[in-house]
Amino acid sequence: MTPAKGANQVNLQARALYCERDDRQLFADLSFSVCSGDLLQLAGPNGAGKTTLLRLLAGLNHDYTGDVTWHDQPLQHVYSEYAHQRLYLGHLSAVKKSLTPLENLRWLMASEVPNEDQLWGALEEAGLAGFEETPCQHLSAGQQRRVALARLCITQLPLWILDEPFTALDKEGVAWLEQKMQKQVNRGGAVIITSHHALEGIHGLRQLTLGGAV
Amino acid sequence: MSLVIATVKRDFILAARNPGEWANPLMFFLMVAALFPLAVDPDPTFLSKIAGGVIWVAALLATLLSLDSLYRADVEDGSLEQCLASGESMYAMVLGKALVHWCISGLPLTLVSPLLGLMLHLPDEAYIAMVLSLAVGTPILSLLGSVGAALTASLSSGGLLLTLLILPLYIPVLIFAASAVYHAGIGMAYNGQIAMLGAMLALAIALTPFAAAAALKLNLSR
Repeated sequence: MTPAKGANQVNLQARALYCERDDRQLFADLSFSVCSGDLLQLAGPNGAGKTTLLRLLAGLNHDYTGDVTWHDQPLQHVYSEYAHQRLYLGHLSAVKKSLTPLENLRWLMASEVPNEDQLWGALEEAGLAGFEETPCQHLSAGQQRRVALARLCITQLPLWILDEPFTALDKEGVAWLEQKMQKQVNRGGAVIITSHHALEGIHGLRQLTLGGAV
Repeated sequence: MSLVIATVKRDFILAARNPGEWANPLMFFLMVAALFPLAVDPDPTFLSKIAGGVIWVAALLATLLSLDSLYRADVEDGSLEQCLASGESMYAMVLGKALVHWCISGLPLTLVSPLLGLMLHLPDEAYIAMVLSLAVGTPILSLLGSVGAALTASLSSGGLLLTLLILPLYIPVLIFAASAVYHAGIGMAYNGQIAMLGAMLALAIALTPFAAAAALKLNLSR
């Protein structure tokens, strides 16, 4: 898939970000940019502010100073447009236990209106073939995680923001997810991820370490 | 908008899978109303006088009972965060959630209320007024309640706080609704009260989603 011109390009800039939580400075004077073809891994010890920074970049946290811009427009001003260009997957996977993977995925993907074949195909690709209509409460934590990650098989959005996506995944799952991210980067999208997992294999990887030397 | 519609559909499926969510408040409604003749006085002339008020108080308490779960589950599993992240209008989202809440709480209460009327010797002339006042009044309870539910969504035990916050706001609805049923019972016109409830409903539809959406954003912004 070739990236479309203009609209589907990623251009997220952060300038002089400063954020504190409970009188503790998480990061200061943080500037970076994420463009098409980038994979930015936020690293750092627990409590370093990775999730805070990720939510801030996703436009869900406004408790900071500095500027975040999307195509040179302040994020707050173009939030609704931005929200339709980026996929956010928090550490809570938004999977309802009494719904089946199929129903969950249908809801999770509602804004991109996929057809039924795409939903079934995505669940199969995510390793949930045969479990499409089993209520999620009967699935393991890793399988529930895969339901949320199945979104990545359908979505056409150029920017992915993923918070600890490797949690509860087995080895094959980790390899599969790395491959998905590689594909996204190759087709001109971008990924911002927090993870303690070493991602060396992926092309275009950059690391931003919080709570230490930046 | 597609996410709002998907959320409404999803919430109906969830309600169908967890019947306790809507059946328990309904049972509560029936039981509270059944306590009055036992505890106060089973005399039909006395009961027919208080029937409208009792049914309305019971409906109000039953609605409060069902409100607690309105947003909590969505906050805990992250699906509300996804709604916010989708960039869809939270105003429409709140209206959609309130609509589902009314369909699984206020609507069943309205439908079984004639049964309670029968049990409490509600005057024959008052049945239409009672059903009408519940049909117009219970959506107001859902909408006002959604503000309280949004404010307390991330508290682990917000149930009682929610009741304390919202109950005073229900008083105007209770006054006009109970008065409509009472006046119908003594053969007087009650369209003024119903019109007043209608005005409150219009106001609630227009304004409460702003408050609830702001409260939800506040809950999730840290």
